[in-house]
Amino acid sequence: MTLPPVVPKMLKPIPVPVAELAGQLAFARVIDRHPALLDRLGDFGGKTYCFAPIDLPFEFAVTPRLARVRAAHRGGILRYDAKISGPVVLLLALAEGRLDGDAEFFGRQISIDGDMEAVLALRNAVENDAVDFVRDFAPARGPLQGPVQTVLDRLRTHLLAREERRWN
Amino acid sequence: MELICPAGTPAAFRDAIEAGADAIYCGFRNETNARNFPGLNFSPNELAEAIGLANIRGVKTLVAINTFMRAGAEEIWIKAVDDAVRAGAHAIILADLGLLAYAAEKHPAQRLHLSVQAAACNAEYIDFLVAAFGIKRAVLPRVLTIAEVAAITRKVRCETEVFVFGGLCVMEEGRCSLSSYATSKSPNMHGVCSPASHVRYREAGGDMVSELGAFTINRFPEGEPAGYPTLCKGRFVVDGADGYIFEDPVSLDILSHIDELRDAGVAALKIEGRQRGRAYVSQVVSEIRKAMEQTGRVEPEAGSQRLRRLSEGQRTTTGSYDKRWR
Repeated sequence: MTLPPVVPKMLKPIPVPVAELAGQLAFARVIDRHPALLDRLGDFGGKTYCFAPIDLPFEFAVTPRLARVRAAHRGGILRYDAKISGPVVLLLALAEGRLDGDAEFFGRQISIDGDMEAVLALRNAVENDAVDFVRDFAPARGPLQGPVQTVLDRLRTHLLAREERRWN
Repeated sequence: MELICPAGTPAAFRDAIEAGADAIYCGFRNETNARNFPGLNFSPNELAEAIGLANIRGVKTLVAINTFMRAGAEEIWIKAVDDAVRAGAHAIILADLGLLAYAAEKHPAQRLHLSVQAAACNAEYIDFLVAAFGIKRAVLPRVLTIAEVAAITRKVRCETEVFVFGGLCVMEEGRCSLSSYATSKSPNMHGVCSPASHVRYREAGGDMVSELGAFTINRFPEGEPAGYPTLCKGRFVVDGADGYIFEDPVSLDILSHIDELRDAGVAALKIEGRQRGRAYVSQVVSEIRKAMEQTGRVEPEAGSQRLRRLSEGQRTTTGSYDKRWR
């Protein structure tokens, strides 16, 4: 389920501060739409999670309770409590609860390093809050809401269907 | 036969309803249930809300309070029973005899089920608990053949329930001390086998190494499907050869035996996996629901194939039901 190699090539020239800003905005949007997420994370909200998509040129360190998001080129984040690596689409699908984390772990599609307790707490908190990136990131209203949601939804369906075919 | 489905979170609970569960089992957010993992389980308020939703949809809610009371901390378990009754649970699933006695005495109208953790392997034991505490159903341990399940079901004065799919233990239901030995935390009293706080994965020479406490328990070469980091599924060197000496990383799947279990008079089929995500709950529940409806007409092999991808080590077994393991 990795992105075509052209995608990371296109993204590579983006400066790290821009990637970091995008990460901060995305995180703020998720928390805005799902405020209960922090509550369910409890003490684990203070942990720093490194999300390392293997098919993007950047990785992100997120400390939920501090609303802090840092970006770096792949392999550049060295201080974290837990690190989750895998194809970006798969990581997003896991966050939405569309794929099962244990199954992807058994299948070696994702790898985890560090504080497993923090990873489990995050997985369970995110899943319970029914995060839906298409709904969360599309404009909330206005003429673009419908078309953007439709395009993103179709893209997600296409990418997840690829994952289904891989298994079957 | 009823289909009993797991739910580790309120979201998974809702998914289980949508996927076709007849009943859903869940637990409180503490050591009173055997899936006491971070971020998992229900607060008393969340449980009451879930039960309200389930009642509207005609789905039963079973509350697992299936660990054993720790000396000096019994009030945690007592409170859990009271909270479950107050929330309106259809049944409470218990293993500890003292807790069964409390529930039967304090809440005589409450339906009680015997947990798999009680390891009730014969009709005499189960009937004793029927007489003593009025249990209405016993979840049979995963150590029995189908013939033994049938023999017990015929004889006992309550319903029986068996596991149909999901993770397997080392066949020491409620008695295993492997996790306690490695981590000082017990699945039986702290509700957590191989607690995540003691688990670590690391890369070593291209392999993924899993560690539990001070023990290295497995080493997976690249591409080899992985399993849970439990000692029982560790790979050890014995007499110079490495292998799985207790149990392989593999999940139970007895979809192919549903007809026999129905003929045996089993009242309910249970899916393991409260620690699993929503995708697991949705897919497994709907596949097994389909198999239960199609059984007798269609081979459930296609469903099993789809479930294998969700299985530990991506392999399945009929376990003790066929008793063919080495």
